[in-house]
Amino acid sequence: METLHAAWVLVTEFDPALLAIIGLSLRVSLSAVLISLIIGAPLGAALAIWRFPGRQVLVVLSNAMMALPPVVVGLGVYLLLSRAGPLGEYGLLFTPNAMIIAQTVLILPIIMALTREAVAPLRREYQDLMISLDVSPMLKLRTLLWDARFGVSTAVLAGFGRAIAEVGAVLIVGGNINGLTRVMTTTIALETSKGNLELALALGAVLISIAISVNAIIYAISQIGRKYQEIP
Amino acid sequence: MAGKFQSLVLKSVCVKRGGKTLLGPLDLTLETPGITAILGHNGAGKSLFIKLCHGQFAASNGVVLWNGQPAESTRRNRSFMFQDTPLLRRSVAANVEYPLIAYNVVKSERMERVTAALIKARLSDHSDAPAASLSGGEKQRLALARAWVTRPQVILLDEPSASLDPASTKELEGLVQEISATGVKVLMATHDLRQARRLASDVLIFGAGKIIAQEMVPVFFDTEQTGAVADFIEGRL
Repeated sequence: METLHAAWVLVTEFDPALLAIIGLSLRVSLSAVLISLIIGAPLGAALAIWRFPGRQVLVVLSNAMMALPPVVVGLGVYLLLSRAGPLGEYGLLFTPNAMIIAQTVLILPIIMALTREAVAPLRREYQDLMISLDVSPMLKLRTLLWDARFGVSTAVLAGFGRAIAEVGAVLIVGGNINGLTRVMTTTIALETSKGNLELALALGAVLISIAISVNAIIYAISQIGRKYQEIP
Repeated sequence: MAGKFQSLVLKSVCVKRGGKTLLGPLDLTLETPGITAILGHNGAGKSLFIKLCHGQFAASNGVVLWNGQPAESTRRNRSFMFQDTPLLRRSVAANVEYPLIAYNVVKSERMERVTAALIKARLSDHSDAPAASLSGGEKQRLALARAWVTRPQVILLDEPSASLDPASTKELEGLVQEISATGVKVLMATHDLRQARRLASDVLIFGAGKIIAQEMVPVFFDTEQTGAVADFIEGRL
């Protein structure tokens, strides 16, 4: 009970250490989502629109990579960024940027695969119209991405949900350095093992409220999206 | 769009899929203005024929020429309205605007033309509503507005009123006539003889993938028909 109260005080009094941790978590995960969206959404749409050699391999790969274990991604990115690795010279390891890279690797496949799934049925629906209007490939891509916007936003939020909640990847490449690379999940893991349950609980509560908000937004978006869809 | 419809010419055109001839051989010269109805039973090849005419796909043999130019390279002179009209998941106005974006029309002119097309189709009140929220009749009028907004020489309609009730059909027919009166050539596939009689100036009758008759409407309906054409009329009436 006392622990719960202490946790409550931390949250409601906007404890600066707590805020810094939440802020870094959001910064890392939102950056990863933004990068994944910019790269992954057009790629996912392209996979849905065009038939080219190797397409099926890419579809299977992006689907399979949706379930990549975060620790494995962390390990892979660690090897890339470590001093002996191919990108070692940039000194990115144990920085927030390394964490952004790791989370991007983690959620890019999710955004790609979910965007492809959202665009594929629309492509079938629009194909004849697009041919009849001689729509250019670029406009076709833009049109399908925009008209699949509700599905794409769901993909983005799913990606964000995974990024903000994962611990393995950011722990390995960030190093959980106090005041530098410590995010909500890594802090919870560490503080719990140290017996400092107040901070862990406070962060846990924040994480859960973020998860609930994200899902509420996904639901709201899908409700709006239904108005624009044909009722089958 | 520069120019007007002068002629549609098909020279020994065939459409084959998987070794089967679905359409043809077709030879046709069509020079009548106004509305041409493409009649025939389901499966006679009407829909395939007007898609071929638009240049939606290439013929297996032969050529389709509009004003002497190949169909596939002149698609933008024409508009096609599909039977199951695919509407974009956007507002009514955005649906009408879309072809103009595809054709690189500048924004200010797009707005003007969209407004005019929505007024013509009597959809101005719905311009910001999602297209999916419209009734069946309104959706077809929207599709027709979207076809008309590009100022085509020709509009091709594939069974535009197949799923409409009589009142909506009448409204759509009125709109088709209005558009035709502005000098746009209309080719309309339909299985409804009475609709052809109401709207068309001439008819093309299809049977089993071939053109079995091409006549002006008064002649067609006032003369006693024989053979396959008679079968079609009897079967329908």
